[in-house]
Amino acid sequence: MSDTRILHASAAGGSASADDSRFIVREPHHPENGTLLGFWIYLMSDCLIFACLFAVYGVQGRAYAGGPTGAELFDLKLVAVNTAMLLLSSITYGFAMLEAQRARLSGTLVWLVVTGMFGLAFLGLELYEFHHLVEHGAGPWRSAFLSSFFTLVGTHGLHVTFGIVWLVTLLFQLGRHGLIPENRRRLMCLSMFWHFLDVVWIGVFTFVYLMGVLP
Amino acid sequence: MDLRTWILGRLSLEAIPYHEPILVATFAGVAVIGLAILALMTRYRLWGPLWRDWIVSIDHKKIGIMYMVLGVVMLLRGFADAGMMRLQQAISFGDALGYLPPHHYDQIFTAHGVIMIFFVAMPFITGLMNYVVPLQIGARDVAFPFLNNFSFWMTTGGAILVMMSLFVGEFARTGWLAYPPLSGLEFSPDVGVDYYIWALQVAGVGTLLSGINLAVTIIKMRAPGMKLMKMPVFTWTALCTNILIIITFPVLTATLALLGMDRYLGTQFFTNDLGGNPMMYVNLIWIWGHPEVYILILPLFGAFSEITSTYCGKRLFGYTSMVYATIVITVLSYLVWLHHFFTMGAGASVNSFFGITTMIISIPTGAKIFNWLFTMYRGRIRFELPMMWTVAFMITFVIGGMTGVLLAVPPADFVLHNSLFLIAHFHNVIIGGVVFGVFAAINYWFPKAFGFRLNAFWGKCSFWCWVVGFWVAFMPLYILGLMGVTRRLSHFADPSLQIWFQVAAVGAFLIALGIAFFLVQIYVSWRDREALRDVTGDPWDGRTLEWSTSSPPPDYNFAFTPRVHERDAWWRMKQSGYRRPESGFVDIHMPKNTAAGFTLAVLSSILGFALIWHMWALTIVSFVVLVAAAIRHTFNYRRDTHVHASDVARVEQARTLQLARHV
Repeated sequence: MSDTRILHASAAGGSASADDSRFIVREPHHPENGTLLGFWIYLMSDCLIFACLFAVYGVQGRAYAGGPTGAELFDLKLVAVNTAMLLLSSITYGFAMLEAQRARLSGTLVWLVVTGMFGLAFLGLELYEFHHLVEHGAGPWRSAFLSSFFTLVGTHGLHVTFGIVWLVTLLFQLGRHGLIPENRRRLMCLSMFWHFLDVVWIGVFTFVYLMGVLP
Repeated sequence: MDLRTWILGRLSLEAIPYHEPILVATFAGVAVIGLAILALMTRYRLWGPLWRDWIVSIDHKKIGIMYMVLGVVMLLRGFADAGMMRLQQAISFGDALGYLPPHHYDQIFTAHGVIMIFFVAMPFITGLMNYVVPLQIGARDVAFPFLNNFSFWMTTGGAILVMMSLFVGEFARTGWLAYPPLSGLEFSPDVGVDYYIWALQVAGVGTLLSGINLAVTIIKMRAPGMKLMKMPVFTWTALCTNILIIITFPVLTATLALLGMDRYLGTQFFTNDLGGNPMMYVNLIWIWGHPEVYILILPLFGAFSEITSTYCGKRLFGYTSMVYATIVITVLSYLVWLHHFFTMGAGASVNSFFGITTMIISIPTGAKIFNWLFTMYRGRIRFELPMMWTVAFMITFVIGGMTGVLLAVPPADFVLHNSLFLIAHFHNVIIGGVVFGVFAAINYWFPKAFGFRLNAFWGKCSFWCWVVGFWVAFMPLYILGLMGVTRRLSHFADPSLQIWFQVAAVGAFLIALGIAFFLVQIYVSWRDREALRDVTGDPWDGRTLEWSTSSPPPDYNFAFTPRVHERDAWWRMKQSGYRRPESGFVDIHMPKNTAAGFTLAVLSSILGFALIWHMWALTIVSFVVLVAAAIRHTFNYRRDTHVHASDVARVEQARTLQLARHV
């Protein structure tokens, strides 16, 4: 057994204490930075919030309560444009990351601004859609279907809003300090966040809109 | 909307319960004690140290201690609620209506459950993990020290919101999980449920972040050589608990957010109209709720493991099976939630599935019990207080576990559902498991945290009152439950039941003595701290790395990061004749204190309060300031500092002298 072997080794070695590097690390020890792992885990916990909202939509997505249905309400053309905005923003974020890899600050900033613009366009279209629905008597209080629709899509929208606030903050921080390691790490975290929202939106688009217009 | 509603919302003088003598007396008591504390702190000039050394501290050890203090304070409140219920039920028979009107009684049982789970048990286990885990894995702090401080203050913010409901407005009258439609706007139009929602949302952010923080700490910051299967068992259980926190608390957040939407925006998730589905809430909340009970018990299973092997002077029996049992429980805990509502009518096949998964959980749990027993078998058992609590736990918890298996049988559950039998069962496992475990762990790790042991005499007084009190208080409830008495009643018509409730009240009184003796134990130990001083850092002849440091450990925990070869790393070091290094110290990189966590938590609590009372002006202002403060914090890039090598040398030299004096 390994532990008896060690006992013997120490007994044989006499004053094993002299060789203390067996039990301690003499040189400064820096554990790995855990920010990216931590952010991944945070994203997965966020994903569970969306999972709950998807599940709720799954239960109540057809509970129209005599009110309007998805087939009557959803304007797929509008949603297609909206989806394109978000997907494009993911691509442009990728370009920003490529520029950052090459240590080109201005390129990074430009692509980030473009990303933010696409994000804003997405939000604008979403708000227009919400406004339109509420105006036509299809607000979140009308039926359980609309409650779960507005909550799922709105929660995603809130995340995008938060992402844009973060993006603007990061623009200032990049402008001030450049591509220092902290900023690269933040850039990476926002990148994960942004692509994560893209993935969630693909779920929303398929599950809510495309399947919602089926009879 | 007029200006007054815009600013004050629903808050008016009517919200202050000055017409309720019990509350007025409580308020007077709290105010007198509070003012006395404030005066004493000012008198002894403690405000500065409190702020610098505690409130803004990102040291995991200090945060751990603050969690424990929060747990003890809230235990007093939660137990006061329990005592009031026991008294009411003991006297409220026939023509006697007792001293609590139903309106008040319902708030008390709700607050009791919420406080005991969220603001007693959770701070206790988070505090223990915070204190012990970094020391056990040879780390200098957690992965995200700032978030750790923020998490603590968010938890405290939630606790403060619950406490405020005592004197400003009222608390929910819905039971601790606030099932709709009762908790919906139609049946609970006032602020009680809103207090519930926002207190738990604020505290929930803290819990989730702390879960992520500790999980990353364990995954990334173990000392070199500490492979997963060489981690101390407590760290293993902490890892599993934090993973459970990460995968369940978002569900709670989402569920309460949906309930909040129903109440604030008029959506139809859980209403009885327009497609709403109250049973969906019950499903969702128990998907969080059942893993939650394992979140509470797992770290204490870990503590019992450490304690058993330490006080038996043996390696833990069956380390590998202990780890796998923990992992199996972690996975299975997610597959049993429906046993909380077998009577929903999901059908025989669904009920069978969840009944069987529930029964299967008893297998890994039983394996753990046997591992502890076999560790004790032929060990040189020292019956110090932690070991006494451990033995009491094993006996008590096995009974609680068996009544749980009984309840897992769906036909039996149809009879016992919602009865006092259920109440007796879950108090049997929570008190017998979590509370006994917390006391075992406090007695075990206290010398590490404060540098002196706890007084054994008063500890034993507390122990016997708690253990006997528990049995006297809850066995009658099993009997009453079998007779069909349901829970949450403030008055009974049948006088033949009264004797059982009177016996239970005696039990509650014994538990009250147990709590009082615990406080006496702390005081007496502090008074006699010189006699109880632990100079070695290893008062129990421990086995894991936390005992290799001084008591209390220096800010940086380890002058040199330990290198691990075996399980029970410190035991192995002692066996191999390890000697502390006394020279060659280097600068140590440490995180810097910050007030940002405290500030953000205060702002979040204000935001919660504004939302509870519909103070829309304050809501907007506090939200904007909160976001601005969070952004401002991200502009702080100087988050680290160095402990200079000469300072390390000075601290270590002092320890060398201390050890030499007491050899």
